[in-house]
Parts: sequence; C-alpha cells; structure tokens
Amino acid sequence: MADSNPPSRQDQLELVDGSRVAVIGGGPAGSFTSYFLLEMAERADLDIEVEIYEPRDFSCPAPGGCNMCGGIISETLVQNLAAEGINLPDTVVQRGIESYVLHMDVGTVRIETPVDEKRIAAVYRGAGPRDIQVRKWGSFDHHLEGLAEARGAKVTRGRVMEISMDNGRPCISVKGGEPQTYDLLVAAVGVNSPALKLFKELDFGYQPPETTKTFIREYFLGEEVIAEILGDSMHVFLLNIPRLEFAAIIPKGDYASVCLLGEAIDKDLVDAFLSSDEVRGCMPDDWAPEPRSCQCSPKIAVKGAIQPYGDRIVFVGDCGVTRLYKDGIGAAYKTAKACATTAVFEGVSEDAFRRHYAPVLKTILRDNAIGKVTFSATKLVQMMPFARRAMLRMTQKEQSIPGRHKDISQVLWDMFTGSAAYMEIFTRAIHPRFLGRLSWELLAAVAPGKRSQP
Amino acid sequence: MRKHSIEKGALGRVYQDGEFITRQGDVGQVMYVIQQGKVEVLMEKEGRETLLRVAEEGEFLGEMAIFDHEVRSASLRAKGEVKVLTIDKKNFLKRIHVDPSLAFRIVQTMSQRVRELGDEVARLKG
Repeated sequence: MADSNPPSRQDQLELVDGSRVAVIGGGPAGSFTSYFLLEMAERADLDIEVEIYEPRDFSCPAPGGCNMCGGIISETLVQNLAAEGINLPDTVVQRGIESYVLHMDVGTVRIETPVDEKRIAAVYRGAGPRDIQVRKWGSFDHHLEGLAEARGAKVTRGRVMEISMDNGRPCISVKGGEPQTYDLLVAAVGVNSPALKLFKELDFGYQPPETTKTFIREYFLGEEVIAEILGDSMHVFLLNIPRLEFAAIIPKGDYASVCLLGEAIDKDLVDAFLSSDEVRGCMPDDWAPEPRSCQCSPKIAVKGAIQPYGDRIVFVGDCGVTRLYKDGIGAAYKTAKACATTAVFEGVSEDAFRRHYAPVLKTILRDNAIGKVTFSATKLVQMMPFARRAMLRMTQKEQSIPGRHKDISQVLWDMFTGSAAYMEIFTRAIHPRFLGRLSWELLAAVAPGKRSQP
Repeated sequence: MRKHSIEKGALGRVYQDGEFITRQGDVGQVMYVIQQGKVEVLMEKEGRETLLRVAEEGEFLGEMAIFDHEVRSASLRAKGEVKVLTIDKKNFLKRIHVDPSLAFRIVQTMSQRVRELGDEVARLKG
C-alpha cells in the first residue's frame, strides 16, 4: 500500500528552495563554504538561506579577532581564487612574497620566484597583534566573511551553546536565543575552538583530528625596517636544533611573524631558535627576542578526523581534513568547495558526502602521507652537516647559473610555499637528474678538501 | 585604514603606462586577471593598431591561450599604471581536472565575449 504521506523533497536529504544551512565558524573554511553554497545555489536556480555563526569579530586586533595562523596564502590558492573571481586587495595583503631565503648553519641562499611576479600573500587573519597602534591593513578572515555576506550569507555574532538533532535535522542554540533548526549543518570550527566539543554529543561517529602544537610570535619592527632587513622574502630556517622541524620568519606590513613547527615546542626550544646566529643575522642589529608584541601556541591537525560527515552534517577545514603543516587555507578552500558542490548538486545525506565529498578528503590525506616522507627527508638534511652543505651548493648553483634547471630550487620552493602537492614534490625529488646532481654534491661535500663554503 | 596606491609590495606585477603585457603572436602559457587599473586590447596588422576594447579591474584576459594551442590573438597594453596577476596554464588545467566548476567564470567571460562579437557583427552588417 502506498504511503499516504510521502516524504517532501526537503525530507529527502536534498537542498531545495527555502532550505536553511547553518555554518558554525566564520574563518576561511566557513566563509568559503557559505560563499560557494550561495554561488552554486544561484547557478542551480536554488533559493537557500545560509547563516554563519561566529562569536569573534575578525576586524578586532588580537586575541579577539585572531585566528592564530602564520598567514601565508599560497601561490596556487592566490591563482585559484583569482580564477574564482576572488581577488585579494592591497588593503588585506600586507606583503607580496617574491622570494624565499633559506638559512642554515652552513650558509644562506635566496630562492627567487619561478615567475617574475609576487603571487604569495602575507596576511593577518585578524586585524593584527595585540599592541597594534595604527590599522593600515584589514583582516583576511574579515574580508572573506564580508565576501560571503555580500553573496547573501547572514552573519550571527553569537557563540553556539548546544547542538542537537530534532526529527533528523540539526538544531542550534545560541546563548540567549531560540533554538534554530536547519537542513544542513556545516562545522567549520577549526581545531582550536571549544565549539568542537559540542559535536561529540551527536552520535554519528565523528572524532576530531589528532593535533600538535605550533608556536607563533609577533615582533613590531616597522614598515621601513621590515622592507630593509627582511624585504619581500620569507625567511626559512633548517637548523639542527633538537625537536625543531621547521621555522620561518614571515614579513608582514609593520610586523614580522615567527612560526615554529616541531615536537613539544617549549620555551627552551623557542629560546634556542631565537638566539641562534642565523635568526640574529636576519633581524635588525638592535633586535632582541624580548619584548614581543604577542604570541600564541595554536594546535594544528596532523591527521584527519574520523567520519567528518553524516546525514545533514559535514565538517570542513581543519576540523575535518587539512594539509600537513602547509597551506591550511588552501585545504579549507578545497574542502569548502567540495562540500558546497556536493550539498547543492548531490544532496546532504551521508551517502552523498561519502561518494562526492570524501574522495577530496582522501586525496588530501594520501598526499599528507607522502608529505610525512618528504618532511622526514628534510629532517635528515637538518641533522647531517654534509647534506646541508650539498643542498646549499646545489641551490646556489641553480640560482646563480642562468638557464640551469631549477631542480632543488623548485622542490624547496614548493616545500616552503605549500604551493604544490607533496606527491608532486616527491616526484620531482626522485627525478634522475635531481638525484644525480644531489649525489654529486653529496660526494663533493664529504670529499676531503671540499668542505669549505661554496 | 590607509589608501593604497599600486605599490611594490602587493600581489601581481605592475606595468607602467604603455608597457606591453603580452604581444599578438606570442605563445601564451598564462592568462591574466587585472587587479588594478585598465588594459588596452589591441590588434596589430601591418604596423597599424586597432583598439578592440579597454578591459577593467577584475577582468580575465588571454584566457584563450589556456584552452587552445594558438598564439596570442591580440596584444595587451597597460593604460596608465596597472597591476596584473597571472594564472599558469598548467596549474589551472590541473585544478580544472579535479574541480571543473573552477572554469565557470572563464566560460562566463568567453560567453559574454561571443555575445559582444555577435552584436558587433550584426552592427557591421546592419
């Protein structure tokens, strides 16, 4: 016998005219998802509502508006966004990065951009460090949130206190407000937000990703000093300091951001890095590690979340899956767009997300596995002085001889910028020409009488 | 917040007034997005220039090079100081393979240009 009350289209786990979507978190993952949901819906002649819940005002200086990040927008992401019609204005881009300077104990080498153009953006996710006096640039996250708003998203400045399911639909309660029911809940809370705990109550198998701590510290140097001392270059350090995996000094407008990645980063490790000759050599003569403008120790995901989707619920950005160590905003863009495309064109069921969204997450996770191998190789170089000498010589030759293939330069550029997939970097690094030249330089570095500076 | 002029520190590359961004007949491996300023689109034939149009901020240019193997069909020249960001053909095509919707705006732009050309043909014949 036929059901006398067949399910409406809205009950069939699809977005239809009048559907409501809640996005918890107004950072890049949340704003990109909202933006693309509304854009895809417009292309599909679908009239949906998107509401972003974000307690912070990103236009405020830290910590009120900060999203705790190094603030580098990769070359690939800058180009992808431009192709999407999203251009990053000078009011947000504090500095265009045109080269990387690699500092090691055996020497320093500058790696110029493969194109004669600045396509890497240094930004602040919020309005700037705690002691900011004059706001010359705007917040990147605020800019993206504004783009989503201009597309039609509603931004609610409130902290979500409770998430529950009401007849199979997600229901959200904000402090002091009535509970609201939605057709889709997008979690874009990141791994540093207390809101992540709220999802543990929902019984669909989600488990947050494993994380590790990073370290970010800001120094006010002033625009002129930054331009003179650091220039438009990101300074990266491969130093043989125990537990330190990677370190960088990123020039912004008036400030320099120091970012450390490593194992159990503590005061000793930070002090060892900041007092190293290599760091002192690229900072102004009168600079000292103290006083600082502000600092934080945000968590970053090192593995993917388990079951980051279910019926009418999906996780985007780093509370779902992100890239290992680099280009977290690029991963937020990719997951947000895949989520929006799936929700609008394929539905909001667990099955739809498994078939159309999960493959994007799996691609990122597979690439991260290759990334672990490439970072292990970097770690070996960090530990072996002759390997550092060989790498330095090979890079210096490539940078100084016109027309020479930029084998190691391209590998290092992609490693530092996060512009290419780890698989691409790995493939370049096992190219016979690369391996041949590196082997030659390794031999030269260990051979007696060849250990002098190149 | 301070007003920014086209300055050295920002994204893209700055071209001065009259400077060519690309020339008709060049092999194209990139397309362009105007970040700030205006760009003249010119046809050059037997030493004579014909101004086809003036492109403005946010517009894509040179997108045909992404999809065909022909040389540039027109020259692009800065009209005043202009800032342009390039998009690499290889990276863009790789990304389109994963996310075809990334090409939507380019298709929109090309569709708009076909319409404009149709109108122009009709005007010339009419």
